[in-house]
Amino acid sequence: MNRLELTGLTVRPAQMWGGVRLVPLVRASPVEGLRLHREVYEGMGAGIVELGPRERYLSYIPHGLVAEWSGGGGPAAGAGGRRSAAYGTQFGGGEAPRAMPLPALPHHRMAKRRPGDRLRFLPLHLALEGYLALHFGGPSTAWEEWSRAALRDGLSPRAEDAYLGLSVRGLGDALRVFEIHPDQCGVMVYVSDALAAAFVVPHPDDYRLLHASLVEDLYGELVHQYALYGAPVPESPVRITGEEHIGGLGDLRAAALARQREWAQAHDTLFARELLDTSYTFDRVYRMKSFTLWRFLPPFVRDGGGQHIGETITDHKGRVAYLKTFRLSDAQIRRGHLLRTLAGADWEPDRAAAALGASRAELIRRIRAAGFGALLKGGV
Amino acid sequence: MNTPEAVAAAGPLAHPAAGVPDLVAAEDVLLFVNAAITATGQREFHSDADAQRLSLDFLHTSVRVNYRRVYAASLALDINHHNAALIVRALLETAGEASDEERRTEGRLIAARLALLPPPRVYRLFGELRRAKVNNRRTRAIMRDWLAARPDLGHDAVKYRAGLKTAARHIHLRCRQEAEPLPETGEFLFRPGRSRRYEHRLLDAWRRAHYEQGAVTELPFSVAEGFAAKHGMKREVFLKRAAPRMTRLERLRTQEQRVVGDRRPDVDLTAMPLTRLASYVLSLGFTQRAERRAELTGALRAAARRAAGAHAGSWGRVHAVLDDSFSSSGSGQKRRRPLAVALACHHLLEALAAPGAYRGLWTSGAGDALLVRPWGPTPLGARILDALEPGPGGAAPDRLVIVSDGWDNAPAGLAGEVLRVWRQRLDPGRRTAAVHVNPVYDADGFDVRRLAAGVATAGIRDAEDLPALVEIARFAEGRAGPEELYAYLDRRVARFTGEGGTA
Repeated sequence: MNRLELTGLTVRPAQMWGGVRLVPLVRASPVEGLRLHREVYEGMGAGIVELGPRERYLSYIPHGLVAEWSGGGGPAAGAGGRRSAAYGTQFGGGEAPRAMPLPALPHHRMAKRRPGDRLRFLPLHLALEGYLALHFGGPSTAWEEWSRAALRDGLSPRAEDAYLGLSVRGLGDALRVFEIHPDQCGVMVYVSDALAAAFVVPHPDDYRLLHASLVEDLYGELVHQYALYGAPVPESPVRITGEEHIGGLGDLRAAALARQREWAQAHDTLFARELLDTSYTFDRVYRMKSFTLWRFLPPFVRDGGGQHIGETITDHKGRVAYLKTFRLSDAQIRRGHLLRTLAGADWEPDRAAAALGASRAELIRRIRAAGFGALLKGGV
Repeated sequence: MNTPEAVAAAGPLAHPAAGVPDLVAAEDVLLFVNAAITATGQREFHSDADAQRLSLDFLHTSVRVNYRRVYAASLALDINHHNAALIVRALLETAGEASDEERRTEGRLIAARLALLPPPRVYRLFGELRRAKVNNRRTRAIMRDWLAARPDLGHDAVKYRAGLKTAARHIHLRCRQEAEPLPETGEFLFRPGRSRRYEHRLLDAWRRAHYEQGAVTELPFSVAEGFAAKHGMKREVFLKRAAPRMTRLERLRTQEQRVVGDRRPDVDLTAMPLTRLASYVLSLGFTQRAERRAELTGALRAAARRAAGAHAGSWGRVHAVLDDSFSSSGSGQKRRRPLAVALACHHLLEALAAPGAYRGLWTSGAGDALLVRPWGPTPLGARILDALEPGPGGAAPDRLVIVSDGWDNAPAGLAGEVLRVWRQRLDPGRRTAAVHVNPVYDADGFDVRRLAAGVATAGIRDAEDLPALVEIARFAEGRAGPEELYAYLDRRVARFTGEGGTA
């Protein structure tokens, strides 16, 4: 597989608030046999993850997700918030997850099997770690230009910046006033009409509990800047044209439905095209019976469009049951592109320069500008 | 200044500044009336309290400066208490800008409106006037007259102690011997702890309540609550004993706390105001609502019939679109208010419509009005289409009423388009009267949100005012001109001061 397959999810009309446009995704029927729960971590979200014997991942990790594929709907099924009169005034209701009173131990692995048919994973960090670990080992061949540190430690330590959803202006308010659809299982977040994140879960009840967690997610630099400097997105209310042909309520209803179809089509081909039409490199993380947890990286092509990393759970037919994406900033795309090119040329500077269509001096400048100066020897 | 003879002489409202097109002026007036009915300076679903207050302040200043007579005249309409107090305060603060004749009219309107406001509001207003250092002869006279009309100042001295004290101090209220209740009240307020005992029943109860639990329940409920906490009385016991002294709304508010086992306190729900009752119903859980279905529905219907009054059954075939989307949950300060208004309107419209000719459609598609909850998006356009479908007999509705906060989002703007095309193509003869009532003030737009240009939008605070609001909404549709609007305002002012001014 190399594409994201969002079959089964229907687009509903967007809701705007300031510079943020939220597009709900609705499932006709929930995905059978998979549920997601949230667990909240103490310690203000300061998280350490042990990846391997000597590898650590440090980040703001406020919560993790637990996927449960035992088939049953789980404890929250049926009796959940659906029949409560208080729904809407108490977000998350009485079943809202509580912080686990545990000492701040490092998390073991990004995805960790739990007793029963359960898997705990750290949303977005799984994907982000995949991006950070891109050619993390450093030069595979000891060409003379590479420094000793680069040959010994590779790219370590490697860091990237992201912004917390709370600091993305207007996102918190937009999520608060958003009206969740009855069967909603996902949302696409646009900031200044640039796709900032996509979020899909298998079951509407899960979505209702996880909707607010979007403000605790990570967003790229571009998203933060667009939200800070961008103007409110123009409202584009529907227009019914050709009213001279409308002779009855039935015609009017048909015209209204046509507008709905037009919007769904426009969204898939215009708004979400960069996410859906890109071919990704999928990397399998964990297999849970008929479901598979993947993380994916974009091709790092520099065509000016957005590039998204993320993680997804697909069923045996490759349809997306869970999805969370992160939009890379331009600098991050450039870094990914550079590392891919260097690795493709076996880290030989002259071949890499040729592949980039640039001179050797230009390649050296680009390596330094990308923040990888420590890889090069001082005299180069 | 407050005599009934003067009422007859109340002239027509002077039209606003010359040169301003009348139509624009009329629009401004309607905009202000809508705001004055809905805005309370509290947090709403889409905006916070500061934004609401800032927006409302601007609107008040603008209308007061440009159309002062209209500003004063709006006291005669069904505006909410918050705005009534703001208007009274602004009028008294800027009395210098008004001519003598204007001041006379304003004085009558203020007196009549103060008589209708709840006493805590008035005492708060007096405190604000004191803080703003408004202390002229006219203001003092207005405050003195209001205090003189209070049935029992001793009761006020206990219940609104700080308020009455501030007011008495501000207007130099004399506590002379010949005015019967005053000397003792003066003692009570300004020299507390001196008297061994008071003649007045409540004042003495307040004195005894400091050391005697039995005296606590003789006091008004809000005062007694403090003493009960001081004595460490059990809440259930206290509520049971204090129940006879509660006001009607206190009784409704504490009703759920006073349930002992299976025994409910026998509160006559049918006597409650309709919108309050709807709020109460919505505060109950689903199981409770289902268990008490007959009682609650009966109470809502009875309250609606009372609110409909003479209009009952006179509206013909009525179809309504009622908004129960998530945004109708209001805010922490106005819990479920928009939904409560919609529920109240549902029952009121049922009473107003001809028997069996009412159809109410909730945006979520819910069929059971008693079990509504704020949930889901607002597909207003689709529901309006449903509501425009002919009724059982194949006849088009006579009236279409939309109760919504105007945030149409599934998709945005479809409701406006449907109404526009329907008016242009399908009902150019205006066979069906459409009106949109909106319970939420939009701080950014300085008005309630509208759905379409061709459909009148009116602000609504309590569902009980619906018949009067539909009358005003006529002007917003543009079919009745500004002349009629001013004539209507004149009529309302005359009726208001005629009834309230003599009290």
